[in-house]
Amino acid sequence: MQVWLILGVILLLASYGYQRGRGGALASVSGDASKLHSLPSYHGAYLALWAAIPALIACVIWLSAEHQIIKMLVISGLSADSQALEPQRLALLMSDIRNLASGDIVRADPSPEVQAAAVRYAELAQVSLYAKLAAIAALSALCLFFAKKRIAEQFRARNRVERIVRYIMIAASVIAILTTIGLVLSLLFEAWRFFLRVPLHDFLFGTHWSPQTAIRADQVGASGSFGAIPIFAGTLLITLIAMVIAVPLGLFSAIYMSEYASPRARGAIKPLLEVLAGVPTVVYGLFAALTVGPYIRGFGESFGIDASSESALAAGLVMGVMIIPFVSSLSDDVINAVPQALRDGSYALGATQSETIRRVVLPAALPGIVGAVLLAVSRAIGETMIVVMAAGLAANLTANPFEAVTTVTVQIVTLLVGDQEFDSSKTLAAFALGLVLFFVTLALNIIALKVVRKYREKYD
Amino acid sequence: MLDSETNSATIADPKVVCRDVSVSYSGKQALFDIDLDIGIHQVTSLIGPSGCGKSTFLRCMNRMNDVIDGCVVTGSISVDGVEILDDEIDAVQLRRRVGMVFQKPNPFPKSIYDNIAYGPRIHGLVRGKDELDEVVQTSLERAGLWEEVKDRLLQPGTGLSGGQQQRLCIARAIAVRPDVILMDEPCSALDPIATARVEELIDELKRSYSIVIVTHSMQQAARVSQRTAFFHLGIVVEVGETEQIFTNPRDERTQGYITGRYG
Repeated sequence: MQVWLILGVILLLASYGYQRGRGGALASVSGDASKLHSLPSYHGAYLALWAAIPALIACVIWLSAEHQIIKMLVISGLSADSQALEPQRLALLMSDIRNLASGDIVRADPSPEVQAAAVRYAELAQVSLYAKLAAIAALSALCLFFAKKRIAEQFRARNRVERIVRYIMIAASVIAILTTIGLVLSLLFEAWRFFLRVPLHDFLFGTHWSPQTAIRADQVGASGSFGAIPIFAGTLLITLIAMVIAVPLGLFSAIYMSEYASPRARGAIKPLLEVLAGVPTVVYGLFAALTVGPYIRGFGESFGIDASSESALAAGLVMGVMIIPFVSSLSDDVINAVPQALRDGSYALGATQSETIRRVVLPAALPGIVGAVLLAVSRAIGETMIVVMAAGLAANLTANPFEAVTTVTVQIVTLLVGDQEFDSSKTLAAFALGLVLFFVTLALNIIALKVVRKYREKYD
Repeated sequence: MLDSETNSATIADPKVVCRDVSVSYSGKQALFDIDLDIGIHQVTSLIGPSGCGKSTFLRCMNRMNDVIDGCVVTGSISVDGVEILDDEIDAVQLRRRVGMVFQKPNPFPKSIYDNIAYGPRIHGLVRGKDELDEVVQTSLERAGLWEEVKDRLLQPGTGLSGGQQQRLCIARAIAVRPDVILMDEPCSALDPIATARVEELIDELKRSYSIVIVTHSMQQAARVSQRTAFFHLGIVVEVGETEQIFTNPRDERTQGYITGRYG
């Protein structure tokens, strides 16, 4: 609410600045815009940016510091007894005060001290709001005033605005990169804590996965065992099944679309395949768990094979179908990028269409196809929903596709779902698994992109 | 269409005989009733301004136009007396006998050796590695490329210079031992030195093959060919001995084109 109010004020000042900048620039050359160094709209944008950006930065700083300052002020008004409380109790007390101030439900009958503090908290928040509004509006107006002075016939507003826009874009990409770094760091720190409890080699090479640990000393039968081999094996098994489905089907449909299909057929098939890519994975999961899984169990029974209804095969098959459009769409692109001249050269030597495809087009497109397949593999490894719903939770170390297996992503989900304490080996194991997943898919993506890029250089 | 007094469209002992050949792309007619004979063991050049249909005509002779959607070819073309526009005739078999070299060198992204071996392999022309080695060497020798590449046969053909690539493409075409070689502006992407080498090569090759070359260079046509056909707006305006076409053209449009008044 507050934030919207502040943003509204900034927006208002910025649009005023735009009008003034534009009008001022035109006035400085008595209406003849061709005399200006920059178009009038650049002068407007220059003022608008000056009105908005410093104010926005100030607003962000204020908002992030506000809570701490008010808290310190409120605590300093509390009795000496309360101030002497240990940090956790104090935090609890503070949250009571804050809830009371905002009219939320609090613990039964707050003490008069807390009530007084809540009143004080509300007052301070109110003062802060007004002060914030005033300060930000003043800052904005001040910047506007100084920037306005520079508007003149030869003022290089375009260059300035473009430089500012460039900085904004740099800032945007820096935020994306910082987020990624933060993500990796948080994974690394939590995984580090896990590896303090469970040795790295036990995790990487152990063959028994049973993450239940005793929370209280009197619990029995759950010692916790974190050998991740069965999980990696399960992930590999399902990925393998998925790729066995997706690579031939995707590649053949790509070859059909790019080499054989008439433009009309291609126009119909390509969007249909891309619909497959747009289906939410949870819907695939439903299909796998409710239709494919039981069907496979029935199919297995009719052959005397003991198949469980949650099987690697069900998850792998459905995941393979999900990945087909990835493989086909990317392969279609690389096959289309093979120059027509190569096909003509082959035809002119008396090669048939299939010989041309097998001996010229596919070898030329191979690096790109390999890249497409690697991207699909990293997609399959990271896929979660289908395996959660259809592959089961049992960490079996098996190569039998009719048995239930579990994957890295499924384990991360089950380790973290529900009420958990975040300092047990069980929950920390999820971060270690996440770290492994992150590095494997990262490596696959890097290799895939390198391969694809190498291929691109060849024909451009 | 052609007046036989002013044109020698027909010759004695032709390799390829084209009669009433018309081509249209999606209903738009590009060639109108072309009559033309291609002589055996000689070079026939097709000249004319851009868009006059010479490349289209060239591509009729090995049915490369089949690859283009909406392209319709009518009339009659026979190679060694066999009608090739007949649906019964397999275009794939035809192209083995009527090879083609393109405007832009288009070696396959394979080794030099595999580029040459491609045709013999798919047609099963050779038995065993030794025989294939021999075909590769002979083809490269005939294309005048052997000395330059004999030490790097396993390196990619795309790594050669433009002129070498074009000679590689010619070697690739002759490796399947065709009867006719069609060349679509084979020198337009090459520098003068590489052009001179390719022209020498064409002169060499005409002893064994019947060659048809499309060119935009009048000098080239005059240098390499024995017969020349001048195309304009989808018809053959004039055809005859190269010397006669360039020194004593009978049609004023031919005269205008070769003296550079238009085109």
